[in-house]
Order: sequence, then C-alpha cells, then structure tokens
Amino acid sequence: MVIKFQKNDKPVIITGAKDMPPMAASLGSMLQNKTGDWRNVRPIIDYEKCIKCFICWKICPEPAIDIVDELPVINYDYCKGCLMCMEECPKDAIHYEKEGK
Amino acid sequence: MKKTMMGNFAASWGAQLSRVQVIAAYPITPQTLIVEKLSEIVADGELDAEFIKVESEHSAMAACIGASATGARAYTATSAQGLALMHEMLHWAGLARMPIVMTNVNRAMAPGWSIWADQNDSLSQRDTGWMQIYASSAQEILDSTIIGYKVSEQVLLPTLISFDAFFLSHTVEVVDMPEIELVDKYLPPFKPDYKLDVNDPRSFGALTDEQYYYEFRYKMQESMNEAVDIIKDAGKEYEKLTGRAYSLIHPYRCEDADMILVTSGTIAETTNVAVDELRAEGKKVGNLRIRVIRPYPKKEILEVVKGVKKLAVIDRNISPGYSGIFSQELKSALYNEVDIPTRSYIAGLGGRDVKIEDIKDMANDALKNDTPNDLIWKGVKL
Amino acid sequence: MIEIRMHGRGGQGAVKASFVLAEAAFQGGKYVQAFPRFGVERRGAPVEAFTRIDNKPVQIRSQIYYPDGVIVLDPTLIEVVDVTKGLKKGGWILINSNKNPDFYDFGDEFKVYTVDATEIAVQNKLGSRTAPIVNTAIVGAFAKLTGIVKIDAVFKGIDSSIPRFQEENKLAAKQAYDTIESR
Repeated sequence: MVIKFQKNDKPVIITGAKDMPPMAASLGSMLQNKTGDWRNVRPIIDYEKCIKCFICWKICPEPAIDIVDELPVINYDYCKGCLMCMEECPKDAIHYEKEGK
Repeated sequence: MKKTMMGNFAASWGAQLSRVQVIAAYPITPQTLIVEKLSEIVADGELDAEFIKVESEHSAMAACIGASATGARAYTATSAQGLALMHEMLHWAGLARMPIVMTNVNRAMAPGWSIWADQNDSLSQRDTGWMQIYASSAQEILDSTIIGYKVSEQVLLPTLISFDAFFLSHTVEVVDMPEIELVDKYLPPFKPDYKLDVNDPRSFGALTDEQYYYEFRYKMQESMNEAVDIIKDAGKEYEKLTGRAYSLIHPYRCEDADMILVTSGTIAETTNVAVDELRAEGKKVGNLRIRVIRPYPKKEILEVVKGVKKLAVIDRNISPGYSGIFSQELKSALYNEVDIPTRSYIAGLGGRDVKIEDIKDMANDALKNDTPNDLIWKGVKL
Repeated sequence: MIEIRMHGRGGQGAVKASFVLAEAAFQGGKYVQAFPRFGVERRGAPVEAFTRIDNKPVQIRSQIYYPDGVIVLDPTLIEVVDVTKGLKKGGWILINSNKNPDFYDFGDEFKVYTVDATEIAVQNKLGSRTAPIVNTAIVGAFAKLTGIVKIDAVFKGIDSSIPRFQEENKLAAKQAYDTIESR
C-alpha cells in the first residue's frame, strides 16, 4: 500500500507487517488531516458579543479554536461543524451558516 | 411472513417476538440500529416493554440483571468495546443464573479503532457462564433469540448470540418472521422459581464461603451439560413450528468427506458454497459449522469427524500467544478420543474479507499437506 | 446469481437504491442480499452499494468484486472512480444521465445504457434538481434492462419499502422503464 500525506503528498510505502509500528499509530502529525472538509455547517463568532470567556476554546472537541491576539478564532481547516461552541457560548455570540456547495 | 431486512433488524424483531419486557442498552456501532428499531417498535405499541436508558454497557447489563432477578424477560445488545465493558456483569449474570438473552455484533477490539467483523470480542467472554451461539444469517439471528429465551429460561443460564459486523448486521436479506401467535405457543411467559419478591423475601448473591461456592459452580456446569439436549429439543420443536431446524452444529456434506473444514459465522455460509465448488472439482470436502460453543458440543463434533482423514479450522479470531480459539477447543475435544491431523487457519481479522477463493486456497492447502499445524496466517500482508 | 454494484455520492441514496432494488427483486420472488461498502461515509464522498439476486438463498457472504452489472447514480463519478472495475466482460452499465449511451466510451466489452433518472425524479417532484431522489427511477430502468424483475414487482417493492410519495415513485419507475436507452 502506498500512503500519501495530504499536505505535501510525500508518498510512504507500506507493504505489510514489517513496515508497520507495533501499535496503530499515525505516520505523522494529525495536522495533515484537514477535517474541515467534513463540515456541512460552519460556526461564526460575532466579536461584538464575545466576552472572551474562552468557553468555546475550552470545549471544542477537535480542538479547532485557537487563541489569537486574545480572541477565540475558529480554525476552519479542522472545524467539523459540531456546533458545541454555539451551544455553550454564554452570550449567544456564535451562529451557524450552511456550507456553500 | 417473508420480508427483507438487515441482520440488525432481525435481532430487533426476534426480541419483539420474544415479548421481552425490559430493554436496557447503550449504543455502539454497528449495534445501534438494533436498539433504535426496538425503541420504534415499543413507541408504535408493538411491544410492551420498559426501555431503560443507561449510561454505559456495564449499567446495561446491571439493569438487565436487576430486571431478570424480578422475573422480567430482559434483553440487551452490544458489540466489542461495549461487551468488554460489561465483562464483570457477564460473570454476574452467569453465576446469578439470569436467563438474559443478548445479541452481540462481532466487531474487532481496539486499538486500532475498527468497526469491522472479528470474533475476539465474544470469544474473550467464554468463561463467564453464558451459553454462546454464532449465527450465520439474519434468519438465524431472529430465530435464535426466540429459541435462546426458551433454552435460557429452562436451564437458567444467559445466552449470547453473536453475528458478524456488516456482513450480517448491515446486510439486507430475506427473513421469514413467524406469527407472534405461533411464537407464543412455543415460548411461554417467564416464571422463575426464585426471584426478588416482597411477598417472599430473600437475599441473592450474598457472602458465600468455601463451603458452598464450589457446589454452585458444580450446579452451573450441570446445567450447561443439560443444556446440550435442551438446545437440541428446543431446536426440533422450533422446526415443527417453522420448518427451520437449529442445533449445536450444522454439518454440510460431511458424511463421505475426506477432509472437513470447521467454520463459524458468515465464513461458514461462504464455505458451503466453496465446498460445493470443491466437490464439483472432485475433492471430497465437507463443512462443519459450529453454531454453539458453550456448552461445547464435544460428542456431536466427534460423531461427525470420527472417520475423516483431516481437519482444517478457520478462525476469525486469535488468542494471542496460542492460536485460533475454535481450533484450540476442537483439538482439545479430539485429544484422547481420535487422532486426526488438524491445520488451523486464521482469516478475516478486523473485517478483512474472506472470499470463496480464500477458503478454497485454505482447503487445497490442507488437502496437500498431511502435517498438522497450530497456526497458519491466511491473507496476512507481510 | 447476479451481482450488481451501484456508485453514488454520500447522501444521494445509493445505499437506499440497493435496498429498493433488493426489495423489488424479493417481491418478484427472488432471494436477495444488499449491503453498502462497509466504510465510514460522508456527504459528497463516493459511495458504493451492492445487491445480489438469486433464485435460491444467497450463501456467499463476502464483498462483490466482479459484478455482472454496474449502476452509476451520479455521472460525475465516472471521472473520479473506475466504475467498471471488475465488471465482467459482456456486463452492463446503467448511467443516470441525460446523454445518449454513445456519449460514453468504455470500450467494446460492456453494454451501456442511460436513463435520465434526475429529470424523471424532478418531473415527479422527488427531491430537487440539486438533490434528486433517483433510486426508484433507476430500479425501474434496471427492470427493463435485465428483465430479472417485472415492473409490477418494482411497484410492490416501492409500496413496501418507501413510506411516502408512493404514487410519484411508481410513476418515476414506470417512466424510466419506458425511456431507458441502450447502445
């Protein structure tokens, strides 16, 4: 089997048991797996309402929310659109839109 | 009445026809459809059952034990990680002699995270005192649930019905659903002698020192022994009602075979087709499907294999450090009884497909080789 | 026994189509087996579903590698997926398309059929143009193509497996049955 990394398409050849680690382990960082393309809906933060409590950052299961310049910023490369951030935001500062097709 | 349905739904309808009274289950792929369908069935008024939503499989089995202890017919379903999580309670259900029936979708244990067919999950529970059935068709899943309650409630031991993930759970096929009036004739209401009853107060499962524990195990084993004939009788009675026969083993073209393949689950059905093809090529092979492994049908297996020259076992499981589990048990049954060279093949782990060609390869390998072998990997990528 | 593979995209109803096909064959007195490719599926990603049809109970329980026929529910998949992989020589391909079969080049080994199941679905108000529900039309076309199932078995199959819009679905199946084109 030839496995390609999504980011730089560098091929790695795995023919069988001898090339595999003893346990199921990924070939590299999971940053290569851009789960953002799983989304059907995208959460959007309204920074006028945001009080920077960072509950969204804390509970994002991916995690796909980063803290940038003291603000929570959704990383759409990885956000799967589960909308937990929207559910938990105490100020209702997050709404969702359907992903365009 | 004949209908098309997925294996999972055959399990749901088997429970409905058995008039189960308490259902406590936790979702896990590929079992979730069983319980979702049952909750629809209950909501539609087609089954009068109490649905207990629990927070884990351990609790699901605990709830079933509690229900069964009061004399209610209890049911649950699970798979792999879920079955493993309820392990402690499986021992409890067995030793407490609760006639619970559980359907388990055979799914590979993690890690790596897998939702595909593999028998290690249920075979890891062999020593818990549950009777164990391996089903090979959606029809069998439905029928075995009903027969399961009939047998369990007579011998007071729980029944685990396992079937392969996706190859059965998510595959639609034709199933003949018996009329519930017919099932009612076959399966009377559950009436245990001992139960939690405020009018007849007792304590169950209390401190048991060495004066008595040993005898409880003895009684459990006696019931397992009695279960062999009870399973056969229950199967024959079911056949009179429906035309479909079930027993502990299902031999196919074994009578004049030179070599017998020993299989279970969905691999067994594909093997029947492989056997027909091999026979057409002039090779005298048969297929012995093992349907029940607890109680272990030692006498029944010996009757079928005694004259055969070779055996080839196909295991969709492995006990790491030794070999395939069906193969180990078979060999121990043959020991001191009959000397038949046996080759043990491992195939299909983690859901890897086992095709007719693969089975024929294994059969041809066994036909060509007279030496017994403890473990041959079929289809491994080295 | 015949083995059929369906190609679709997640969310288009390919798996449902394989079940409707199985139901129609069952209503026509056959034994059937139908299952999806056993993987995790996502909306828009290519999906495969399979159906086996036989006159006696189907005992084979492995994947289908060499189908007798292939059904393509979304023609855009033809560029993305090798839809004829494993297809037996002399086998057939049925494509949901408004083009004529001559438009498609799969060499001489296979018989190509087209039916505009999307248009038929839209006309019968089954789904929308962007998300048409084509499975019943496809099963109607399949019935005409192979003759394995009669159209009234298809109607019975629709009645027993589709909970709503049964009349519209049956009309769609009949229309596809009448308009399937072959090369």
